Amino acid sequence: MATQQTRTLGRVLIAPAVALLFVWMIVPLAMTIYFSLQYKNLLNPGEESFAGLDNFTYFLTDPAFITALINTLVLVGSVLLITIVLGTFVALLMNMPIYGRNIVRLMVIAPFFVMPTVSALVWKNLLMHPVSGLFAWLMSSVGLEPIDWFTNYPMLAVILIVAWQWLPFASLILLTALQSLDEEQKEAAEMDGAGAVSKFIYLTLPHLARPITVVILIETIFLLTVFAEIFVTTGGGPGLQTTNLAFLIYQAALLQFDVGSASAGGLVAVVIANILAFFLVRIVGRNLEA
Amino acid sequence: MGSITLENVRKSFGSADIIQGASLEIEDGSFVVFVGPSGCGKTTLLRLIAGLEDVTSGQIRIDGADVTDVPPAKRGLSMVFQSYALYPHMSVRGNIAFGLKMAGMPKGEIDRKVEGAASILNLTPYLERKPRDLSGGQRQRVAIGRAIVREPKAFLFDEPLSNLDAALRVQMRQEVTRLQKQLATTAVYVTHDQVEAMTMADRIVVLNAGRIEQYGSPLELYEHPANLFVAGFIGSPKMNLIGREVAGQFGAATIGVRPEHITVARDGEGWEGTVGVAEHLGSDTFIYVDVPQVGTLTARTVGELGIRVGERVRLRPDQRRIHRFDTEGRALAA
Repeated sequence: MATQQTRTLGRVLIAPAVALLFVWMIVPLAMTIYFSLQYKNLLNPGEESFAGLDNFTYFLTDPAFITALINTLVLVGSVLLITIVLGTFVALLMNMPIYGRNIVRLMVIAPFFVMPTVSALVWKNLLMHPVSGLFAWLMSSVGLEPIDWFTNYPMLAVILIVAWQWLPFASLILLTALQSLDEEQKEAAEMDGAGAVSKFIYLTLPHLARPITVVILIETIFLLTVFAEIFVTTGGGPGLQTTNLAFLIYQAALLQFDVGSASAGGLVAVVIANILAFFLVRIVGRNLEA
Repeated sequence: MGSITLENVRKSFGSADIIQGASLEIEDGSFVVFVGPSGCGKTTLLRLIAGLEDVTSGQIRIDGADVTDVPPAKRGLSMVFQSYALYPHMSVRGNIAFGLKMAGMPKGEIDRKVEGAASILNLTPYLERKPRDLSGGQRQRVAIGRAIVREPKAFLFDEPLSNLDAALRVQMRQEVTRLQKQLATTAVYVTHDQVEAMTMADRIVVLNAGRIEQYGSPLELYEHPANLFVAGFIGSPKMNLIGREVAGQFGAATIGVRPEHITVARDGEGWEGTVGVAEHLGSDTFIYVDVPQVGTLTARTVGELGIRVGERVRLRPDQRRIHRFDTEGRALAA
């Protein structure tokens, strides 16, 4: 295909970009690894010393770690489930030839453009607030007791907010996939006597397997690091009920000023993210592509 | 059983009339080909029969029963698509079995029928493969297998051979024809290739701009084209159409002579002209001759005559095989 010359030229031309990206990635990583092996607390400057793996031991044996890990998995899992199931449904609806389809699509995509801090504030103060929130008003207007979301169902509240933000992403990816589904295949299935449900199960769903894998992978990467929504709404509480790994690391670094422990936590989070991504892609890939 | 009747069927998309009133009687067990140039509505007409499009007005009957508003699956027809439209995630077996599975047939019976269809089509070794692992001809056969396994009242083919290479097309053409005769099931076949139409059909429907120009057996169309369009469309190379004074001598607005009905000689009677182009195919020679007052005529001669470009030749049409047309383009009785 390419000659030796163009290959060499290509490598030379791409080298600066690769080098820059490499430095960009390797410097923070190396620093994190370095700090994770040090006793370093911002409250005691000048008292750094080599810690070995103490920071890791400290972080991993902290009872908050297991809670945070479970919270992280619950959050990621629930949001994935909601966004994919609902996203498929929304994509199917948006794929139908309806009047004003473009405006509907724009509106569905809109939440994705709202920054997490803002959407968390809107949900907290305008929607889920137990006194002045819209949900509270709806509940009391039909004679029910308003729900104090962040006190009684803090995790569910956070999951709802994050799912609301990520639903457009899933819908959009799945919609584009639906649009690439061959018309003649659908017609062939129709001629074969497949109803709407059969067509969905035997034709649409297998076709969506790949994009669903993509959605799971990308969302997992971002959902593992959900922070702003928790920071703005519950602050990780009540207790540790909504503390995920990202928030736990934040607490170590910026509330306890323990840079060493926070770095160790950061590395643990990186490893967990990789393990999770690896298994998710495998499981989903195998089940849906068969 | 599988006779299909169209009665004044019309189809419009918005203000565009794609089918302008088609009436047609397709007999049980016959092989009918819809042929015509691109955009003539032949595929639309097939899709109307399939039920994949709604008719604007008119009636479609299968075995006498009105199916105009019946959904595709209930019409008892099966279709082979141009792109084959195989289900990419299913094996060959799954593809062929899908229709039966949807009909709720017991598994043992499905397996028996699928294997029967596969053996007719030489697909048995490929039953567990996915469509992407098959060649074009094999995919084509899977699509046909999917159609025959349901034992439909009629097969509908939408340009099924257009994605195959020339050699395979000839082979599949014969296979499809043989299979259709063997199963004695009605077939409606859409193509833009008049050679396919002539070789496969019991009867041909020539369509042009949403109208049926002629409906008849291949030889009828060849020997007695109803109008100028059919005369020009059927036959290769195209029929020579001559107007003006020459046609007047025969009492017509236009006359048509097929290239194979013109005798080429170096002297003697006939129109005199200069050879512009000569195409030597070995078996035949196509000679394009510029004749003053008449235009460029094509003549087809069997074998080699050794005629060269620039030579002056005489063209003598077979008097009994001159087609005459009136000013409207309709054929005049011989």
